[in-house]
Amino acid sequence: MSLALSKGVVKRRGKVILGPVDLALNAPDITIILGPNGAGKTTLLRVLHGVERLSSGALTLSKPDAQARQEQAYVFQSPIMLRRTVRANLAYPLELIGTAKPVIAQRVETWAERIGLADALDRHAPRLSGGEKQKLALARALIREPDVLFLDEPCANLDGRSTREIETLLKDAHLRGTQIIMTTHDLGQARRMASDVVFLLGGKVHERGAAGRFFVTPETPEAQAFLNGDIIE
Amino acid sequence: MIRLAVLMWLALGGVAFAETMRLAVTTSFHNSGLSDVLLPVIKAEIGLEVQLLVVGTGQALRLGRAGDVDAILVHSKAAEDAFVAEGFAPYRREIMYNDFVLIGPAHDPAQLAQATSARDALKRIAAAKAPFISRGDESGTHKKELVLWDAAALEVSAFDPWYKAVGAGMGASLNTASAMGAYILADRASWLNFGNKTGLALLYAGDPALFNQYAYLPVNAVKHPHVNAAVAQALEAWLVSQNAADLINGYSINGERLFSFNAQN
Amino acid sequence: MTDIWAGLEAAFWLIVTLDSDLVEITLRSLQVSVTALVFASLIALPFGTWLAIRRFRYRRTAIAVLNALMGLPPVVVGLIVYLLLSRSGPFGVFGLLFTPTAMIIAQVIIITPLIASITHQAMRELWAEYHDLLISLNTTKRQRIMTLIWDGRRALLTAALAGFGRAIGEVGAIMIVGGNIDHATRVLTTAIALETGKGDFALALGLGFVLIALALAVNILIHSLSRTEQEGRW
Repeated sequence: MSLALSKGVVKRRGKVILGPVDLALNAPDITIILGPNGAGKTTLLRVLHGVERLSSGALTLSKPDAQARQEQAYVFQSPIMLRRTVRANLAYPLELIGTAKPVIAQRVETWAERIGLADALDRHAPRLSGGEKQKLALARALIREPDVLFLDEPCANLDGRSTREIETLLKDAHLRGTQIIMTTHDLGQARRMASDVVFLLGGKVHERGAAGRFFVTPETPEAQAFLNGDIIE
Repeated sequence: MIRLAVLMWLALGGVAFAETMRLAVTTSFHNSGLSDVLLPVIKAEIGLEVQLLVVGTGQALRLGRAGDVDAILVHSKAAEDAFVAEGFAPYRREIMYNDFVLIGPAHDPAQLAQATSARDALKRIAAAKAPFISRGDESGTHKKELVLWDAAALEVSAFDPWYKAVGAGMGASLNTASAMGAYILADRASWLNFGNKTGLALLYAGDPALFNQYAYLPVNAVKHPHVNAAVAQALEAWLVSQNAADLINGYSINGERLFSFNAQN
Repeated sequence: MTDIWAGLEAAFWLIVTLDSDLVEITLRSLQVSVTALVFASLIALPFGTWLAIRRFRYRRTAIAVLNALMGLPPVVVGLIVYLLLSRSGPFGVFGLLFTPTAMIIAQVIIITPLIASITHQAMRELWAEYHDLLISLNTTKRQRIMTLIWDGRRALLTAALAGFGRAIGEVGAIMIVGGNIDHATRVLTTAIALETGKGDFALALGLGFVLIALALAVNILIHSLSRTEQEGRW
């Protein structure tokens, strides 16, 4: 799917927190949105997903809105667990769209296997560890086999091992044709994952480019400083 | 298991009798315990399930006016006459009477025991300014009490503060009188059946002015076509029968007879 | 103190001998209050949930009114229901006055705001937790409400039990609309009022202890049932 934002602006209490942004994103990229705190990364991600309304400007999708929303998924920084079992959490997105029961059961098994929770299907999801929760949230997002997957700092609170597991799952999903758009603070993760980088600063797109070029020869001094680990405002 | 429970649930709601009627009666009549004697016999003899609504005379008359009961059995002649005059009942039929008694603290500060008449007894209470509990609820007993003060040429509105209108039923009022060591007018039946007599005693009774006539008033089926006039008629026929007379005259508590049957046939 | 002992003793004998009048009015108490609870829950649980997730202009006013309605004096509810159901009132033709149905109607009116208000409080918290996920999954309003009701069922059970407690202990309204008719509309609370009026404190208190025991038993039963289902997670 392709997503295009033109002159997108989000204001909160009269203050511009994003934009104006012109941005086109295309499959089959893994787009990483980088930038310092408060640059508007999460807001941009929510705008692209359609859960944050634009104050002005327009978001154009290559599919009809209703269908597009059905084929998108979103993973939050701190995973939201339904107060149900692991099994019920995985089944939930499929139940919403009326998938047949045997299909649900089979896909739940498959995904539980992939995230290493096959033995924990009947455990209460809110009682899982942080890493398990995030993997479950990711599996729950991928179980509908979405066209586009948004992730908001999915590994912010995880240890190295869980981070690596999540990254592997994401690469697998990407190989199966899911377009990935994610924010991260972790430059190492950005280097490992990205094919396309959007560098945000002060609510605007400061620099945009292919990952191979961006990480080697950034065009702006701010991007250079950011990559060097300097604090920028 | 669940099906059984559901069946029991439905059965509980739908207990059906051949014939039922609703009769509004006064608290004092019900407290006498006479209804517990009469109702099973009525059910056995004429197959009628009488559902009693135990309320004050004022509310009983309201229920009759609204057509929410089939008949009423009350004891307040003036109010009953008005009820008939307004056309809510075709007539009133006197059934029986009992009497009112004056109850008070056992040490009797107002010397009611020496009273010569009901009028004299009330004057003694007023003179002593002894605490007095009035039902204050427009009930038959309350109306009787007001008539008696009137007959004694005393003005209730001038009594303050020893005269306390509690706005409650007979039992609750007796409870209050017991707690406060106050005088109170009660019907004999309620007094005899009352379980919490601590510190109270019957101090004066016997004046014909204290007689308490009960009358039966079927609700006018012309005004309220839904009332069950036929069963109201059947109950009335039974209430004035010899059978009823024997049961009513024979009813006693601790060897004391409570009611006198006086229906005219 | 002696009265309380006498009450305990009366309660003991009433229960031990399975007094048939006691069994009858206890079952009727349960029938009226449980039926009222079912209807009130069917209204209040979805409504309280809806109020938690729906943003509309008079939402705050609606919540304030709901909370105020929690304090509705039962006697006033009883009087209004009486006037509506009276033969001379607008719904008189149904002949519902002085029947268990009338008592159920009054109790539904009394406990619905209470259940809806507790539901709203609990659902607001759960909604704050679930909001982003359910929005992201593009759920319909109906799906949101169903999800919140299902996942918040523990809190809803608490709300329902609070409603049941209020219903089974209520006397003012059902006395007026039920009439406390022996073998027809007499329940535990109206029987207690009646025996108190007769000055028979021991029997009144005995019935009172039966009422308390009943309320406790229902609470314990429901909690233990839901605990088995939830594998002790609560």
